[in-house]
Amino acid sequence: MAEPLVFEQKPSRLPPVSEIGAWKWARQNLFGSVTNTGITLVCLYLLYLLVPPAVQWALLDANLSGTDRSVCQANPDGACWTFIKVRFVQIMFGLYFGSHPDEVWRPVLGFAILGCLLFWLVWPSTPHKAKVGLFTLFGFPLLAYALIQGEWFGLPAAPTNEWGGFLLTFTLASVGIVVSLPLGIALALGRRSDLPIIRALSIAYIELWRGAPLITILFMASVMLPLFFSAELDFNKVLRAMIGITLFESAYMAEAVRGGLQAIPRGQYEAADSLGLGYWKKMILIILPQSLKISIPSIVNTFMSLFKDTSLVAIIGLLDLLNMAQTASRSLEWKGYDFEAYVFAAFIFWMCTYSMSRYSRSVERKLDTSKRG
Amino acid sequence: MNRKSRIPAYRNPAIRGIAAQAVVLGLVLWALLTIFNNTVGNLRARGIQTGFDFFDQVAPFAVGFSPFIDFRLGESPYWLVFLIGIQNTIIISVLGIVAATLLGFLIGVLRLSPNFFLSRLALIYIETFRNIPVLLQIMFWNFAVFLPLLPLPKESLGLGGAFFLNNRGLYIPRPLVTEGIGPWALLIAVILGLIAIFALQRWAKKQQYLTGLKPPGLLYGLLFAVGVITLVFLLFEPLKFETPELGRFNLTGGIQFPLPLFSLWFALTTYTASFIAENVRGGILSVSRGQTEAAQSLGLRRAPMLRLVIIPQAMRVIIPPTISQYLNLTKNSSLAVAVAYEELVNLWAGIALNQTGQALVIIAMTIGVYVALSLLTSAVLNLYNRRVQMVER
Amino acid sequence: MRILKFATGAMAALSLAAVPALGATLDDVKARGNLKCGIDGGLPGFSAPNDKGLMVGIDADFCSALAAAIFGDKTKVKFTNLTAKERFTALTSGEIDLLSRNTTATLTRDATLGIDFTYYNYIDGQGFLVKKTLGVSSAKDLNGANVCVQAGTTTELNLADYFRVNSMQFKPIGYETSVQTREGFDGGACDVLTSDKSQLAAIRTELKQPDGAVILPETISKEPLGPVVRQGDPQWGDIVRWTLFALINADELGVSSANVDEMKAKSTNPDIRRLLGVEDKMGENLGLPPGWAYEAIKQVGNYDELYKRNIEPLGLKREGSVNALWTKGGVLYAPPLR
Repeated sequence: MAEPLVFEQKPSRLPPVSEIGAWKWARQNLFGSVTNTGITLVCLYLLYLLVPPAVQWALLDANLSGTDRSVCQANPDGACWTFIKVRFVQIMFGLYFGSHPDEVWRPVLGFAILGCLLFWLVWPSTPHKAKVGLFTLFGFPLLAYALIQGEWFGLPAAPTNEWGGFLLTFTLASVGIVVSLPLGIALALGRRSDLPIIRALSIAYIELWRGAPLITILFMASVMLPLFFSAELDFNKVLRAMIGITLFESAYMAEAVRGGLQAIPRGQYEAADSLGLGYWKKMILIILPQSLKISIPSIVNTFMSLFKDTSLVAIIGLLDLLNMAQTASRSLEWKGYDFEAYVFAAFIFWMCTYSMSRYSRSVERKLDTSKRG
Repeated sequence: MNRKSRIPAYRNPAIRGIAAQAVVLGLVLWALLTIFNNTVGNLRARGIQTGFDFFDQVAPFAVGFSPFIDFRLGESPYWLVFLIGIQNTIIISVLGIVAATLLGFLIGVLRLSPNFFLSRLALIYIETFRNIPVLLQIMFWNFAVFLPLLPLPKESLGLGGAFFLNNRGLYIPRPLVTEGIGPWALLIAVILGLIAIFALQRWAKKQQYLTGLKPPGLLYGLLFAVGVITLVFLLFEPLKFETPELGRFNLTGGIQFPLPLFSLWFALTTYTASFIAENVRGGILSVSRGQTEAAQSLGLRRAPMLRLVIIPQAMRVIIPPTISQYLNLTKNSSLAVAVAYEELVNLWAGIALNQTGQALVIIAMTIGVYVALSLLTSAVLNLYNRRVQMVER
Repeated sequence: MRILKFATGAMAALSLAAVPALGATLDDVKARGNLKCGIDGGLPGFSAPNDKGLMVGIDADFCSALAAAIFGDKTKVKFTNLTAKERFTALTSGEIDLLSRNTTATLTRDATLGIDFTYYNYIDGQGFLVKKTLGVSSAKDLNGANVCVQAGTTTELNLADYFRVNSMQFKPIGYETSVQTREGFDGGACDVLTSDKSQLAAIRTELKQPDGAVILPETISKEPLGPVVRQGDPQWGDIVRWTLFALINADELGVSSANVDEMKAKSTNPDIRRLLGVEDKMGENLGLPPGWAYEAIKQVGNYDELYKRNIEPLGLKREGSVNALWTKGGVLYAPPLR
């Protein structure tokens, strides 16, 4: 008897090596064609030229031990991070905290609290976001000021004009954003208002400050502001820089907020009108809550560029992060290590702005999908 | 309708609107007036004289870089310094805009390259340069890179005895027009060349229309033009070139791009290019996928596909934000103060302000120039937007 | 209604504040309890922080001396660092009481900026610093050079005049701060650095290779530097001027911080007795306590001490220079206290 023919299913053959996994990916992305292969090789060569020496300089050969320049002079091929280590507190918090090591915990604690608050806000599933957000925006700055300046808590006073470094950069940018947000909202509403004079004034204000470079506004703040006000008002330099930055920033903020206002569908306005809400109720209860949410990415972007732009106060002689690093690298003890100073300052700036831009992009994406869904 | 249901005046939106505007206008005017009064009062109380009188006075300091306006130490007045400032701002802006556009487009296209490494390199470039303050970058390139790494004038990097690079700047030969018929011959040759290029391209198009094969018309035209111009150079010597030469301290002669200009240009270009690259990427991605597929199904390779199909459509999205980047570049050029390039803010709101003490007039004029520039740009941009939108319909 | 009330209130408050009023500076300073003094803050020898973070230098020390004269306590000073651009506005706007920031007295500044020059605490002159490798021995050889200069100073003007008068060409590289000027010179952006000679001496010590640079012999300008006050308050100008005169007179009379107590107790010289407030209460004529000059000398020192402490470490000897006393061949000459 012939054996009954049994149909046995063979396992399907594996796809050819060239169509799966790393190989396929490499073929598609790296070696698809002759040109592509060529480009890949050139890129690899470029990376070979750039990366190993950079790593060698910044990490492998770098100096970190010791407390003076003799260490770095002994090994000139590596980066001199000893310099940054010795001047770290000064570069981060300025001259006052640099010369009062016992008080450094104050700004550190301030930044730690801010870190917790921001974590709370960014983490997806935490309660009371709105309240925490409002506190971060308006309550925290007062607390931080009291803590770092110190007099209200009976701590030794650290006068604001002796704040410096990253602390000053951050303070200037934050005050700029906190004060200019309400101003910007008012201006944005003004620009979209039906009342011609208010609209014209808002446009004039916005275009004036957006047209001028920040540096001229800072010059104005540092040289002309004292002429505009009565002699009895006493501004120090940091405060004047803040005023200049706020004037400038509110115009940009107005444009960011306006973008959000424009994105609100007409129906929302009409619905609010048909409920009989007045202008302010309509705006505060219906329009702004929606539009501000939409504007978050552009507000964060504005903050990001403001954060970078605060480095301009170096030109009017304030010791912000950039200027402090530069000044430290020009001191007699650490002359000639400006490359390290710039790289370090750039790294700090980069970390902050890059993380902000990641955040704003993720918010953007979230808003985008919710619209599609 | 009886009297009771009539809306009282203070509830009438029109009247309320007028009242609100009157109040706001009043407040603004009052604030401006207060500032004006304070300023006048302060100036008087402090014995400061202000006005435009210094305009015609001779500027008592030297201006180092002014390629088109002739500055004479001890003769030129302050208003000329103002013009030189504007001139130098325009120079750096134009140079920066051209270079940033080219680099930005390149990086933006590379960012979308199918090659993994290439697109990642472009990404790293973008994320690095746009997240670091431009002032820091300007100072970095000038003080930490170019100044220490480029050689001193005596050891300039030379190219063919005509181009030089050292830590004072970049030097290139300056063409000088000779006497006689030479320059006219050159002019005629250039015109002839242009005509040839134009005509041959038309001929090539016609051939393509008739036969389906496109002869390389542009190439023929270019060859012809280059040939004619070379001939003129050999026969008539229409131009002489003044090459830079080493003097006691510096290279003299030729066209000079001082190092501050060079550093500023480099930094502004690389910084702005990272933003333009993002605009380009966004623009290309905004073109619908069907367009790419259609182009591919026509058998177009990647380069002609981008050039002929994708980028022309993407331009509508790319141009508006790119123009505002141009404006930002112009405004950022004011950071020249840090590296001593003599543009408007450095020369006028810096040096002239210090020497005259006329803060009020000078800062107002400086801000005025920039605001005018920005309004002009937005006007052009709005016009462009309107045109593009009409084309779309 | 509420809003209206608030608005009227705010307006009234602001228009009150809007009247510019600068009272007598001395009264303001006394009421405030400290002296606000504008300095450079980054210029060794004139005003720069020392290792302990205290501001020292001949300009800063003069502020301390003035505080000692007014309050009997030299620490009652609040220093404000100012750039060249801000200094005059800061003074005229009342942000500072006294500008002691190596400022050259010129007619234009005196006449148009609403300020008054008092007297000079250092008489300087502009010179040139060059790299030795260039082999230049005189400023007359500098035709065609790149010159680093601090933009917007009188230095820049003198430079332009000097080259014009000698019909030489030059290319100015104008930096905002003196530190950037040094960086530019050190990096090779220019062949020559020009500044006041006192600063050249300080800058030279801070170069990467101090021995590689040399100061040329020529002095191309007069730079009388001294404290500056606002116009319109003669009493305050007198106080500043005479405090400086007191320090110079003390130098001439041989009264120093070391021997001032002894002198006060024992000296029979009527000039010294007047200076130290033992006879003829001179201070009261100025509105100051009788021991004003005593306190200034005791706590800060006489002019010679200021000079020796701050300027000589830069390598600038006082002996034989213009800054010596008139009795020793210099030009420092203070009117008598009587």
